[in-house]
Amino acid sequence: MSKKLFMKGNEAIGEAAIRSGVMAYYGYPITPQNELTAYMARHMREKGRVFIQTESEITAINAVFGSSCAGVRAMTSSASTAMSLKQEGISHLAYLEIPAVIVDMMRGGPGLGNILATQNDYNQAVKGGGTGDYHTIVLAPSSVQEAADLTRLAFELSDKYRNPAMILADGTIGQMVESVEFPEPIDPSDIPERDYALTGCKGRPPRKAEPKNSAEELENHNLRLQEKYQTCMDTEKRSESILTDDAEIVVVSFGFVSRLAHEMVAELRAEGIKAGLFRPITLWPFDDDALKKAVENAKAVVVLEHNAGMMCSDIRMYLEGQKPIYFHGRMGGSIINTDSVKAKIRNVVNNKEDWRELHGKEGIWKTC
Amino acid sequence: MEKKAFGRPASLNDKIFTYCPGCGHGVVNRLLAESIDEMGIAENTIGVAYVGCGGMLYDFFNIDFAFPLHGRSPAAATGIKRVRPDKIVIGYQGDGDLAAIGTAEIIHAATRGEKLTVIFVNNGIYGMTGGQMAPTTLIGQDAATCPGGRDPEYHGKPIRMCEMLAQLDGVCYAERVTIDTPAHIRAAKKAIQKGIRNQMAQKGFSIIEVVSPCPVQWKLSPVDAYKRIEREVLPFYGLKIFKDTTEEEER
Repeated sequence: MSKKLFMKGNEAIGEAAIRSGVMAYYGYPITPQNELTAYMARHMREKGRVFIQTESEITAINAVFGSSCAGVRAMTSSASTAMSLKQEGISHLAYLEIPAVIVDMMRGGPGLGNILATQNDYNQAVKGGGTGDYHTIVLAPSSVQEAADLTRLAFELSDKYRNPAMILADGTIGQMVESVEFPEPIDPSDIPERDYALTGCKGRPPRKAEPKNSAEELENHNLRLQEKYQTCMDTEKRSESILTDDAEIVVVSFGFVSRLAHEMVAELRAEGIKAGLFRPITLWPFDDDALKKAVENAKAVVVLEHNAGMMCSDIRMYLEGQKPIYFHGRMGGSIINTDSVKAKIRNVVNNKEDWRELHGKEGIWKTC
Repeated sequence: MEKKAFGRPASLNDKIFTYCPGCGHGVVNRLLAESIDEMGIAENTIGVAYVGCGGMLYDFFNIDFAFPLHGRSPAAATGIKRVRPDKIVIGYQGDGDLAAIGTAEIIHAATRGEKLTVIFVNNGIYGMTGGQMAPTTLIGQDAATCPGGRDPEYHGKPIRMCEMLAQLDGVCYAERVTIDTPAHIRAAKKAIQKGIRNQMAQKGFSIIEVVSPCPVQWKLSPVDAYKRIEREVLPFYGLKIFKDTTEEEER
């Protein structure tokens, strides 16, 4: 491990990517991920690796496709409205099974939105913002340390499954400064060669990163992809359950919001309310088994997000109506006020149902 | 022993071209394959296809090939070349791919001076999707999306990419050729080989625009389509070396 450093999340992701053996980074300026692009500009060239500030996000993701086809670890980063521009490229990477790591530092939406931190790309990331039956592996860090750790994991999973992997982080994670330690750097030449890399066909038959044109070819390809996704779902789910064993209220949140929720759970415990926290780390594949176990003894589930309930829809699906679900979300960059949420949770515990009272005054409050 | 004077280039596999009768892509594919053979670079070359009729070439070549998204061929080629600078990376694009949806990609790959060779097949129409107007469709030319002929006031005017790209400092070589006569075909092959040599000599970005017939979407017989090139297309898309900084260096 490195010594402990004090770094911005964006820069920590850059350093973690370099230590993961990334050989090519392509990016385009957009807030709140700019420090990552600048970090790569400072450090990739001096290491003899590739950095290009491309003319668009579209070129960035397609250059990632090129470099990764040619057999090296490649990466791009962006934010929300500009992540939309990358979606066709991500879908194409999934189609031709080319690994890539993509970082989304979420800002406000829809559309151009604003530059403030939100979680409003959950659906785009988790449901597949591009066309077709594919999945992106989506990792949601809640700290600078975890952002660095998940960056390494993203490269590993992306190579293992020959599939794009995404770091989906609230802009807050990119902007905040925390202490972080890094694992020892990987020498890119130690990464196993890909047996599908386009390197010139010297001494072997030609390789093609090629489309599947007939109905039969494409359906068989899709069947194989679905099997691969199932294996990934069976193998790669990650989550954290805190104080959930005896919890009567289980709060569910991801990323930066889970930091607020964790503190709130501690405060509720201090006043005698048995609260717990379930935090998915992989948003796809989602750790539904752990979620079901975490809420086993719960009277109610409280979902908190910095969006209008994108993950909450999935929580409802996973829990199949077995528990009452209360949702609260803020949009546009406002931060959840945990004092308000605590007051509402107290009411839920005491069977006083006024969860929606603040609806429209402090963001969105829904009962599901 | 009798000597075989003409056969399939080694860089092409046994698959039969899927191009329509008289289509120029078959000729240009073959010229590229012959060039690769004659230069002995098949094992050291990575091809980058595109979305459009000629993009099927990935399936016909005995070399490594990537199939990128529509218009993004220069971006993918950049990504390959930058991490494999010792390989020869050849892009092949049509006019919808290069001059419409991929305009930004070609301009910036060229202006960065990526060490790439791009073969740009300009047949003035969208072939695969059914004969829609391309950025290169000539004034008065009929197409599915400019019925009755391209009206410059309503549909806009055609674009000259080679002229435009020649203005960029990253471009070392820009030439427009065609394949309507044996002499022009020989010149086209020479241009392709020069573009590849430029890349091997690390000289910069080379673009070879090939004016090519699309008999089906031009609604002409193959013979008439080839005749139309000289009569209607070359007066607008003139054959010319627009830029060659490499010759200057050689002198």
